[in-house]
Amino acid sequence: MSFRVAASPHHHARVQTSTLMLKVALATLPGIAAQLYFFGYAVLIQLALAVVTAWSAEALVLSLREKTIVNRLKDHSALVTAVLLAVAIPAYAPWWIIVLGTAFAIIIVKQLYGGLGNNLFNPAMAAYVLLLISFPQQMTAWTPPTALQAQEQSTFDPVCLVFTDFSCAGYSITQLKTDVDGRTMATPLDTLKTDLTNNKTVSESRQQPMFAEIGGFGWNWVNLGFLLGGLWLWQQGVIQWRIPVAVLVSLGICSSIGAMVDADQYASPLFHWFSGGTMLAAFFIATDPVSASTTAKGRLIYGALIGLLVYLIRTFGGFPDGYAFAVMLANVAVPLIDAYTKPRTYGHKAKGSE
Amino acid sequence: MSNFRELMQQGLWRNNPGLVQLLGLCPLLATSSSLTNAIGLGLATMLVLASTNLMISLVRNQVPAEIRIPVFVMIIAAVVTAIEQLMHAYTFALYQSLGIFIPLIVTNCIVIGRAEAFASKNPPLAAVFDGLMMGAGFCLVLVALGAIREILGQGTLFAGAETLLGSWASVLKITVYHADSHFLLAILPPGAFLVLGFLIAGKNALDLRKKASEASQKGSIQRARVTHVNTNN
Repeated sequence: MSFRVAASPHHHARVQTSTLMLKVALATLPGIAAQLYFFGYAVLIQLALAVVTAWSAEALVLSLREKTIVNRLKDHSALVTAVLLAVAIPAYAPWWIIVLGTAFAIIIVKQLYGGLGNNLFNPAMAAYVLLLISFPQQMTAWTPPTALQAQEQSTFDPVCLVFTDFSCAGYSITQLKTDVDGRTMATPLDTLKTDLTNNKTVSESRQQPMFAEIGGFGWNWVNLGFLLGGLWLWQQGVIQWRIPVAVLVSLGICSSIGAMVDADQYASPLFHWFSGGTMLAAFFIATDPVSASTTAKGRLIYGALIGLLVYLIRTFGGFPDGYAFAVMLANVAVPLIDAYTKPRTYGHKAKGSE
Repeated sequence: MSNFRELMQQGLWRNNPGLVQLLGLCPLLATSSSLTNAIGLGLATMLVLASTNLMISLVRNQVPAEIRIPVFVMIIAAVVTAIEQLMHAYTFALYQSLGIFIPLIVTNCIVIGRAEAFASKNPPLAAVFDGLMMGAGFCLVLVALGAIREILGQGTLFAGAETLLGSWASVLKITVYHADSHFLLAILPPGAFLVLGFLIAGKNALDLRKKASEASQKGSIQRARVTHVNTNN
């Protein structure tokens, strides 16, 4: 009988990349369902376009790099990138926006850096930033939730809007964004920003119909959906608690300080948590295993940095929401964070304590 | 004459300042947002390189080695100032659109680089030729970058050519395509980095292909790499 001495760790969890990625994609479903309810089935068109583009782009680059295509497509990482970008962009953005963005994310941000595991930036967020600074008009064309729109939408309007820029009756996105009084409605974060520059207070601004008790109307449910999916990911062990908690706590602390200084000028933590893409960013984007920090302490710093940057960009920056910029800037800081938070190896003394 | 052919190959392709040496990236990336600007700055840099190489080559035996760098810098600064004044006088609109980047030619590493590496060690004729070829190589990359970025970002070519060539040149403007929303990123700095990256990749790909075809023509024995077989892709 041979007596084999195996090195630790002795207990293995045989989790594969494809399982993890598939779980991440599944966990977006509650958020997608909420978007579907409030913004119409255009969300599904965007998702389909994104997934098809991502798979084709991935297959194209893999064949150029002479790798086996099917095996690598099965790791589902392209699927996750496509889903995250599709839920981040406005539901009624023209079709070429999502096609261009997904192709850029997969070909340039992911594959040109060496494929899965080697990309410095989160592909979906890099593509989002590309689209936002290249096509600001299309990328801010979030229509108000269907319930608030003045124009009745017909069954085929989402298709018409995504593929022709006009609804079937010939209304443009800008017209659809107009409420019964002829004022253009924007996302809650955008409206709040515009109102604050027009010398309104937060509470005055929040009496408009696109706001709810907590967060923005519709947006609070979308964020709750992503929160739910995120908690499931945490329960499944796909993500750890550190990054999302650090993002939310840091955003909460920053907005509490703001609200304590002047509640008329700075929105409350609850509003920040439940509007825009906060929950999506905290649970799905910041936790990307490739581009996020990998040490325990580093993840706290990385998450806190994202929360701080999101608050600064939303409150003092030129854009209504800033999680894409925040995540990309934090991605750049990751090598430095990792270098300074390397855990002490057992049996070695920490530096400087000799 | 083979020496001159060698210099030409070095400047235009094998040792191209923009694609291989990656010198002078700041003006290369900053002024290549349109073809007209690119040609303007490219020609100015070429002129500066040829003149400074000539002057430095002429005084190379008189300048003590210990103080050669300050002397070179002063010569370069004088030439750049002259070029700047000329552009101010004859192409005022272009002078305004290039702005700070004309005087900044003085800090372009390729100018001091060629002065130190080539002109200070070679006779005047070869030095002028080297300056012209290095300048032409830089100019060509600048023009390629400018053309690609202008087509992607504005859908036009030669927009604003009249600032470089006089009022008749406004007919040169070609509208490649019309779109309601242009690809703004190409005009912005990140676009410059991305397009330059693709140009460098393209050059490397061409070189590799040439090398492979040369090797197969020679019929030489290629060593197969057997130490590591990648089985898991």
